[in-house]
Amino acid sequence: MPETVFRTEGVTKIYATGEQKVHALAGVDLELFAGELVVLLGPSGSGKSTLLNILGGLDHATDGRVWFRDLELTRLGDRGLTKYRRDHVGFVFQFYNLVPSLTARENVQLVTDVAVNPMRPEEALDQVGLANRMDHFPAEMSGGEQQRVAIARAIAKRPEVLLCDEPTGALDSKTGVQVLEALQDINQRLGTTTAVITHNASIRKMARRVIYFQDGRIAKIEMNDHQIAPSEISW
Amino acid sequence: MRALDRKLLRDFRRLWAQALAIALVLACGVAILLTTYGMYGALEDTRTAYYQRNRFADVFADANRAPQSLLQDILAIDGVRAAQTRVVEHVILDIPGRVETVTGRILSLPDDGIAQLNLPLLRQGRMPDSTRPDEVAVNEPFATANNLRPGDTFSANLDGRKRELTLTGTLLSPEFIYTIGPGALMPDNKSFGILWMPQEAVAAAFDMEGAFNNVTLKLDPTANEEEVIDRLDDLLDVYGGLGAYGRDIQTSNSFIDAEIEQQRTGSMILPPIFYGVSAFLLSMVIGRIIALERSEIGLLKAVGYSDIEICLHYLLLASLIAVVGILIGWGVGTWLSRAVARMYAQFFDFPYLVYRVSYDAYAISGLLAILSAAIGASKSALGAARIAPAVAMSPPAPPRFNRSLLDKALTALHLSQPTMMILRSLVRWPVRSALTTLGLSLAAAVLVASSFFSDALDVLMDTTFQQANRQDAILIFSPDIPETALASVANLPGVLRAEGQQMHAAVLRHGHLEKDVAIEARRPGADLSRIVDGTGQIADAPADGILLSERLAMQLAAQPGDVIQVELKGGRNETHDIAVSGIVTQYFGLGAYMDLESLNRLLRQAPRISTANLLIDETQLPALHRVLKETPELSGLSMLNQALDSFRQTIRKNITIMTTIYLVIAVLVTFGVAYNGARIQLSERARELASLRILGFTRAEVSFILMGETMLLAVLAQPLGWLLGAGIASALSKGSSSDLYAIPLILESSGFARASLVVLGAALISSLIVRRRLDRLDLIQVMKTRE
Repeated sequence: MPETVFRTEGVTKIYATGEQKVHALAGVDLELFAGELVVLLGPSGSGKSTLLNILGGLDHATDGRVWFRDLELTRLGDRGLTKYRRDHVGFVFQFYNLVPSLTARENVQLVTDVAVNPMRPEEALDQVGLANRMDHFPAEMSGGEQQRVAIARAIAKRPEVLLCDEPTGALDSKTGVQVLEALQDINQRLGTTTAVITHNASIRKMARRVIYFQDGRIAKIEMNDHQIAPSEISW
Repeated sequence: MRALDRKLLRDFRRLWAQALAIALVLACGVAILLTTYGMYGALEDTRTAYYQRNRFADVFADANRAPQSLLQDILAIDGVRAAQTRVVEHVILDIPGRVETVTGRILSLPDDGIAQLNLPLLRQGRMPDSTRPDEVAVNEPFATANNLRPGDTFSANLDGRKRELTLTGTLLSPEFIYTIGPGALMPDNKSFGILWMPQEAVAAAFDMEGAFNNVTLKLDPTANEEEVIDRLDDLLDVYGGLGAYGRDIQTSNSFIDAEIEQQRTGSMILPPIFYGVSAFLLSMVIGRIIALERSEIGLLKAVGYSDIEICLHYLLLASLIAVVGILIGWGVGTWLSRAVARMYAQFFDFPYLVYRVSYDAYAISGLLAILSAAIGASKSALGAARIAPAVAMSPPAPPRFNRSLLDKALTALHLSQPTMMILRSLVRWPVRSALTTLGLSLAAAVLVASSFFSDALDVLMDTTFQQANRQDAILIFSPDIPETALASVANLPGVLRAEGQQMHAAVLRHGHLEKDVAIEARRPGADLSRIVDGTGQIADAPADGILLSERLAMQLAAQPGDVIQVELKGGRNETHDIAVSGIVTQYFGLGAYMDLESLNRLLRQAPRISTANLLIDETQLPALHRVLKETPELSGLSMLNQALDSFRQTIRKNITIMTTIYLVIAVLVTFGVAYNGARIQLSERARELASLRILGFTRAEVSFILMGETMLLAVLAQPLGWLLGAGIASALSKGSSSDLYAIPLILESSGFARASLVVLGAALISSLIVRRRLDRLDLIQVMKTRE
């Protein structure tokens, strides 16, 4: 049995907008294991992003408990969560979130500046196949390239977990596949635990485990014995 | 360099136009603070140093004639450290090559040549030799104005005896930093000079052997000045004492006091405006940047940047803009304060100007700039720090537009949609709209305040010289002469009209308040020197009362009808109860007016006069001066027209400089506010405006929305600007009012109109510059961008 990286117990999240209360998460129990690539699948509003935000220390749970290894995230304050994010987590977002005034290299450097034991920005960019685009600004790159810069930025700190929120959401099939290849490559070579959120069902085929979300709960967990390479996926 | 710092520098470079607009406003504040504070410090320091080194006295007193033996009693007064007795007289001089009569004030120098107090500073040549009764030294500005050098000779009418004097050197004295002749309202170094002459020679010439008529005292630091003055008055009363006084009333010193006070007021009123406006501009710009970078902030937090680092990042951006402002402000301020220092050096006769580079001023102006930038940016920066990373990642909720009563009213007006958009936006951001209006109104206010000075001066000059003092010249007699002698004055060549006037030293008391003044007394119907009352009418002092100038009445808390005590100095020192019969307008000095006949009745003597006001036939001037130079009773002469012209020129020049500076300031503030406002609107509305363009709106229609808001706010700012301007003008008027002069609060409609035209013009140009950006907007790109 591989080592558990994340464990949650009855995590709920309630957003109160005005008088209405929205249950984004309604009691989630989950374990993520070291080195696995897991896909969290579900329609918009099913709570998968909310869970990812809580796992990544971007948001607080309303109730329930969350552990990262032996560290109970639900007991940490803002300062503790900042340190946790800084030291352990890499994020990839749907809209890349690159700083437009910084080059690819500098966007990665943004992370390496504050990380404990980072790789060189050049090395991280090389890992995602962008060695020759380092000094380009985001506006000078395609969407796929921008997302790969974002991945380089996420892995540059050598994180233990990589949390990807709809990493191909803004991309066409061909460039999306390039991004997925980069993620799988990182997962296999560096052994980084990787969670990919998507509402794109085709992507599930590359994961060993697929966790289905529905209405703030885990609907089912599917094991996939026949993983396929990202290059065989299209949508 | 850290990537975050690199982002900071790139953001700063991208924002250069907006940053510069803000930096320039801030620079105004820094430069003005530096200049006024620097000048304030320089004037204070210079004066203090000069007074200390040259032992400027603390207490001054004049008397008719007191025995030299009284000096021991004066020295025995508790708290008196040193005392210097002198003979001080007024003389008529005849400078070779000059047609005009020149008047001088002669001061005796101790026979050992070393004055204990008020040490004159030798500038050129040597001090007069005490064994040579014909040697004098003069004050440097007088020598310069009359082109006199050591070795030159001129003649003087010393108590009726004409004497040839040799100039040995030129001096400056802490007593005469601002030199103003008797009867004159402004300095005129060409026609009035200070002469230093050995004691023995002065005493011999004026029959003052073993006697003195002027004493100055230096006090112990712990001494009670008022008590010393009272004791000195007691000692001098029997010898015709005219009332001792402290430095606060000493003419030269009080002029510098007034100037220092004006500098202080200046440093209090204007800089806060600039600091405030730039804080507001920074809050607007940083707020917008943070709104645009919302998702970047989320990302920075996600990758582990702490709240403090993010808050500091934006505070640093604001500080960077502030630093540019500070550097520009320091540069301009350094140059400006030196220029103003030179102006002061010309205006005041300091031997040197202690212009220490005041690190305090630099530090304070810089710190305040950083502080105001930080305060301006803090709300948004703290917001950026506070926002939860998950929230920052998601787009902001669209602003809520509620249908309010105002909307119903707007709908009822059937306005076009673009007009609705403008009005809704104003209502949607009420604080921002209000602050933009305030910023633009401050620009207008600065202009209103600056035109006030010019208009006030016109009124001041008109009242003082066209209505009140219409004489061409004033003859001064010392001591007073019988009024009957006026007939011979009227017979002098070229004199068309002569009117007598008496000046008498007095202490006015009302309750516990008292004031030393010179009462002016004249015959009813005097036409050359007139009293202008509060309504602008010409008034005469009544036979049984006293008229007080506004500021004097205020200081004594006296109203018309109140009875005040008048102690007439210099003779029997009797005190009389006299009713205040009215309050009159007067901008120079603290006037108190009585009827000549009644004043002399109180003095128990036949009417006497101290001055004669003359109306002169210009063509006869040389003949008149020839006679005056030989007139023994005459001790002074003031030619008003010449002095007035040069005074007017100096003031005009200063006002032109001031007005130009204020104009630049107002344009910079307007530009800073309007340009940044329009840029932020463009940034917020780019999608909206691009959509309208795609829907078929023309460029003009779309820019109407953009420019309409800025211009509407600019128009709304005007009435407020007028009001604030009037407030600033009133504060400046109050702040510059002293015993010596008052600047009336005059606000002309032309001043308001000019202010509004400048501000509206500058606002229009600013929004036109932003409009050019709108014209170049890439419609497709804008629509693609995620908000």
